Order: sequence, then structure tokens, then C-alpha cells
Amino acid sequence: MDARMLDGNAVAGLLQEVFAVEITTAVGTCAGCGASEPVGAVHVFEGAGVALRCSHCDSALVKIVKDGSRVWVGFPGLRTLEVAV
Amino acid sequence: MAGAALLGRLTWQLASVVDVVPETSRVKTIVFDVPEWPGHRAGQHVDVRLTAEDGYQAQRSYSIASPPNRARIELTVEMLEDGEVSPYLTEELRPGDQVELRGPIGGYFVWEPSSGGPLLLVGGGSGIVPLMAMIRARAGAGSTVDTRLLFSSRGWDDVIYRDELAGLEGNGLRVVHTLTRSQPPGWTGYARRVDGAMLAEVAPPPADRPRAYVCGPTPFVEAVAEALVQLGHDPPSIRTERFGPTGG
Repeated sequence: MDARMLDGNAVAGLLQEVFAVEITTAVGTCAGCGASEPVGAVHVFEGAGVALRCSHCDSALVKIVKDGSRVWVGFPGLRTLEVAV
Repeated sequence: MAGAALLGRLTWQLASVVDVVPETSRVKTIVFDVPEWPGHRAGQHVDVRLTAEDGYQAQRSYSIASPPNRARIELTVEMLEDGEVSPYLTEELRPGDQVELRGPIGGYFVWEPSSGGPLLLVGGGSGIVPLMAMIRARAGAGSTVDTRLLFSSRGWDDVIYRDELAGLEGNGLRVVHTLTRSQPPGWTGYARRVDGAMLAEVAPPPADRPRAYVCGPTPFVEAVAEALVQLGHDPPSIRTERFGPTGG
């Protein structure tokens, strides 16, 4: 267990900046193992960028890199994201 | 109000410090007046941003301690000696000072009186803060839903909201402390880290399908969530919020 690990709640503000909706209750499905869980429950690791990882199989679901004026969001392992509208 | 809290692009706004209230030797509650605050739900947080004169910015997330339906919001912040933001918030801020914040943020780690129970709240140190917003919201709504709080602190003088929690007990709320490092003379309560045996004694049985909210440092949250699953609690009913060792 990595004591620096956080969860989706920690990046809720950053993600809401991008998607303009509350995102921790959105349900993501992992393309690796097929598990579904709310974004608030996924594991988050912060370094030069931010990685969201599946709490079941550790696959990288989403990667985010930010500078002063732009945000890059990659979805290497997210099959679907179900968002309440 | 849920709609206001749910939708919209986040914008930074200036919040004015109204009061700074010591909770323990390392923890203070900062009361902010936020113009046009849209309201919030218990368990949500805000992002706080500080900007130095040279333009360097530091940003952290802090749980909202105050219950919904107040024009002012309260953040309870633990001072971390090597932190970038928390020493400023707890030691430097004075009434009238302004900081930038945005929110409310989050919807996963949220409980409202209408959500029902039974409710199991497990907090480690300043992980109590979003749980306290839930307890205050519960009290404010006159709810008597079965609620157990298991609160781990280092010592009796480190227990955040100690007197207020004692005053709120009853009406279906049970508060159980564990003191992990030092105990006052005559202490008969728990004196160890939260473990499965303790959770089995304090938590509603899994058959009652309690809603569990666990907040604290990452190792604390991992240990508690794992123990709850081993006791037979349904993983989706266990909501967690972790903060890291360098979160301040």
C-alpha cells in the first residue's frame, strides 16, 4: 500500500474544471478488468501529472497533465464513463 | 440546492476570514464569508489557492466542517509543520484577510439526512471534518437515524470537536473514541488503532446494511475499509476519502 495514494475525491475540483459537472459520482468502467466504480472511489496518484487507477486491477484509467492554461486528459483504460445529466 | 451544488464550471472566488477558532494545539477552524455561496452538502470540500507575491501558487483541498444552509462556511485545518498551505491558514490568517477558494466540490463522499442509515462514521484525526459536517447536518435536521462515530485520535487533547461531540450524543448518535498514543489517567476506552474487533463492537451489523463513511490518512482508510469488508460489509456501501501525508 502506497501511503501517498489518494482517491477520486482529491481530483474532483480538477475534473470539474474540465467536465463542468460533478464527477465523483460518475461511474467509470475499467477496460482492463471490467469493474465499475464511482470516480470518487478510484485510486489516484499525483506526480508530475495525475493518474487515476482502477481499485480492483490497478490499470491506469485516466491520466491528466496540467499547465497554467491547458489540461491534457488521456483515457488509456476507461471503457465508459456514465455521467448523470 | 442540490442542483446548485451539482452543476456548473468551478470559479475561484474571494472568501473573507470572519473568525479563527482554535480546536486543539494543532488544529484551527477558519470561518469564511463567501459572497454568493451556492450552498453545499455535508461531506463536500473546497479547493483553497494561495498566490505568493512572485506568482507562485499552491492549492489544497479542505473538507467543509459546517453543515449546509449557512451563509458562512467553516474549514477545520490541521497544521502540518512542513506543509505549504496549512501553516499559513492556521498561523497567519486574521479576520479580514482574504483567500481564494472554489466549491463546493464532490458528491460521492456526501451524506444527507434524507439518505438514511444506519450510519457508520469512522474518522482518523482531521478526517473527522467531513464526518462532523454530516453529524451537524443530522442534528440540524432533527434526525434520529442510528449513527455510530468511531473516532481515532492520538490523545485526549488531540480530539477535535471533543466538547461539541459530547453534547450531541444521544438521539441515536453514539460517539466512541480510541486514543492511540496516550490516554488520560483512568481512561477505560479503546487505546489502540482501529481494527476489525473494534469495528465489530462499534459498527451496526452487516445485516443492517449500514452506510459507512471512512476518512483519514491513507493507511488508516485502507486498514478500516479492509476490516469492514472482512466483517462482511458490502464494499459499495463503504465510502472512503483519503488524504496523503503531504496534503497540507
